[in-house]
Amino acid sequence: MTVRVADAASAAKFPILANGLVEDSQIRQNVRHATNVIQNKRARVVAEQHDWQQLRESASKIKEHTLQYLDRYLEEFESACIRAGGQVHWAIDADDANRIIVGLMQNAIEKNGWTREVIKVKTMTSDEIGLNHALKAAGIQPHETDLADMIIQLGEDKPSHIVVPALHKNRTQVREIFARKMGLPELGEKPQDLTDAARNYLRDKFEKVKIGFSGANYLIAETGGVCVVESEGNGRMCLTLPEMLITVAGIEKVIPRQQDLEVFLQLLPRSATGERMNPYNTLWTGVHEGDGPREFHIVLLDNGRSSILADKESRQTLHCIRCGACLNACPVYSRTGGHAYGSIYAGPIGAILTPQLQSMKHSQSLPFASSLCGACYEVCPVRINIPDVLLHLRGKVVERQQNSLSRGVSIEAVAMKAAAFIYAHPRLYTLGQKFARVAQKVLVRKGWIHWLPGMLGGWTAVRDVKQLPDEPFREWWAKREAAKRDEPMEKSYGG
Amino acid sequence: MRISLFITCYNDTLFPKTGQSVVRVLERLGHTVDFPADQTCCGQMHFNTGYQQEALPLVRRMTEVFRDAEIICAPSSSCVALIREQYQKLAESSGDASLIAAVNEFVPKVYEFSELLVQKLGVEDVGAYYPHRVTYHASCHLLRGLKAADLQLRLLRNVRAIELVPLEEMDVCCGFGGTFSIKNPDVSAAMLADKMKAVLNTRAEICTAGDNSCLMHIEGGLHRLRTGVRTVHLAEILASTEAGEP
Repeated sequence: MTVRVADAASAAKFPILANGLVEDSQIRQNVRHATNVIQNKRARVVAEQHDWQQLRESASKIKEHTLQYLDRYLEEFESACIRAGGQVHWAIDADDANRIIVGLMQNAIEKNGWTREVIKVKTMTSDEIGLNHALKAAGIQPHETDLADMIIQLGEDKPSHIVVPALHKNRTQVREIFARKMGLPELGEKPQDLTDAARNYLRDKFEKVKIGFSGANYLIAETGGVCVVESEGNGRMCLTLPEMLITVAGIEKVIPRQQDLEVFLQLLPRSATGERMNPYNTLWTGVHEGDGPREFHIVLLDNGRSSILADKESRQTLHCIRCGACLNACPVYSRTGGHAYGSIYAGPIGAILTPQLQSMKHSQSLPFASSLCGACYEVCPVRINIPDVLLHLRGKVVERQQNSLSRGVSIEAVAMKAAAFIYAHPRLYTLGQKFARVAQKVLVRKGWIHWLPGMLGGWTAVRDVKQLPDEPFREWWAKREAAKRDEPMEKSYGG
Repeated sequence: MRISLFITCYNDTLFPKTGQSVVRVLERLGHTVDFPADQTCCGQMHFNTGYQQEALPLVRRMTEVFRDAEIICAPSSSCVALIREQYQKLAESSGDASLIAAVNEFVPKVYEFSELLVQKLGVEDVGAYYPHRVTYHASCHLLRGLKAADLQLRLLRNVRAIELVPLEEMDVCCGFGGTFSIKNPDVSAAMLADKMKAVLNTRAEICTAGDNSCLMHIEGGLHRLRTGVRTVHLAEILASTEAGEP
């Protein structure tokens, strides 16, 4: 199995990508503004939901339970879906999924003489497997119909957020992309002008394209139904108008019962966009004569998920409902935007999901791209303890580095082992304090250090460090204790 | 009450005044403080950087050094959070029954300084006097890990003569994050810039918090720019009286 998250394997490390992005004033401005707006809206609608914590607890328990019996629920979904007239395909990895999807489309196009195009609902999973590349290679043109995804596609850009993928672009930039790509030099900049342009552009596609493609928010085991939620209605068009509908979904998307939607349909819109309810909630089961697509296929994707399932410590990663609340709350993400993560899954959830989907072979800098502040865990609607998983993955990264002889011994590993040895020996530790006090003298200027060597140089690039005090606490304490012991004796002598 | 001080390695080495202040406050309240001299580090740096196997012997040391303690007080919420959130899991991963038992006995005895004062000793007014304009930053581990930021604010509000100014985005990380600031210096600096801006907007003379790690980071930036604003650990404010500051 070749597990693959789009181009993550070839992406540069997080600190390198972040370096350029923190200095991009436009991106900083756009990302900060967008995340602030969503965060405030979220806080407002979460505050009015009095049973929010119970909802989180329920969602977490439903996910935990489903993952424990995932095989059973997937098979239940498969048979129910087939009974309802759907066709179910299993894909072990990204290549497998792309092969199945492209094959289905090509057959249908040849058989029916359809145009070689597909209209797509917003789906992160299709970005994960790099579906658009595979489609283009087969001569099939994908059209993104989600407004933000369309901006990304037309601008030949990459998504920077899992819910609002174009949040790094502002309205002026969107106008410029539309004007250029749609041939509308006179296009205005008002939101109405931009949505009108998008509407005209998309209507034509909705009318003539015969194949629709979507992801899934939920797969319902009991009914074989699929649920997609969205805000624009363009998704609804793709899900209902075409002759043929193909859906790709990660195997963790299944929930046991239709009733479980009650929990998730309250948590997701509030967490994702700060809405009480999604404007469009589409739920379909198989195919129905004279209503909607005549042919429905679902591709159930593993692509590394079952290996995450096998790891007890990080299994909770698969609880994720892709709301993006952790991205908006993250002080790291809000300084860099999503492109720093080198993966379509950005932010805290991306930092734990991408390296695991890549079998810990790539994206090794991502578990370290967090200050462990815990803001992600606090907002997560399914209570994924992201800081805990980050720490678990850091352990795996280090373990992997130490086991790989080819990389040699890192300075960090030597420093950590030396520190552990010193901490294990209090006398050495005390000696170390004394040594550091003497050694620092070459660096101290008027009580402060303005420059440190090597890895520590990143610190002193923008920060000073106070010089070490003359007396550590333990020496002060020892002197005080000695003085206490002497005091009564002196008194008795003096008396 | 006999209280054993876990000073933490960086407070011991870099911020002895914080430890002296903790001793001063606790003794002023009539308690006896002891300091097990063999203590070093709780293992946080190792654990958080991925060197979890190296942290394990330090966990064992902590339980041995503080075996006879009744109550343990640490003026650092990130160290207390590590002990509370990770020690039991780490011990279990070792499969060593005696270590698991020792950790189970050790962990409930550990209190962050303000938790000890407010929750264990029931004191919110420690009789402090501090005539300065001060703003308060809630460190992440205190706020979201221990959920004790409110305790520190209550202690500060009871300090006489203090002018406490609210900090905008008080709950947002300052960008330190331990080795995060070394591994991701650019993002850490960008986070620090926003925190400094918030601190400067308060026009406070002093920024305080319950963690010297955050304060070292914030002060490092404030000093580099010669802002004339300094940082002071909460314990040092609580130790101050009309007779003077520590």
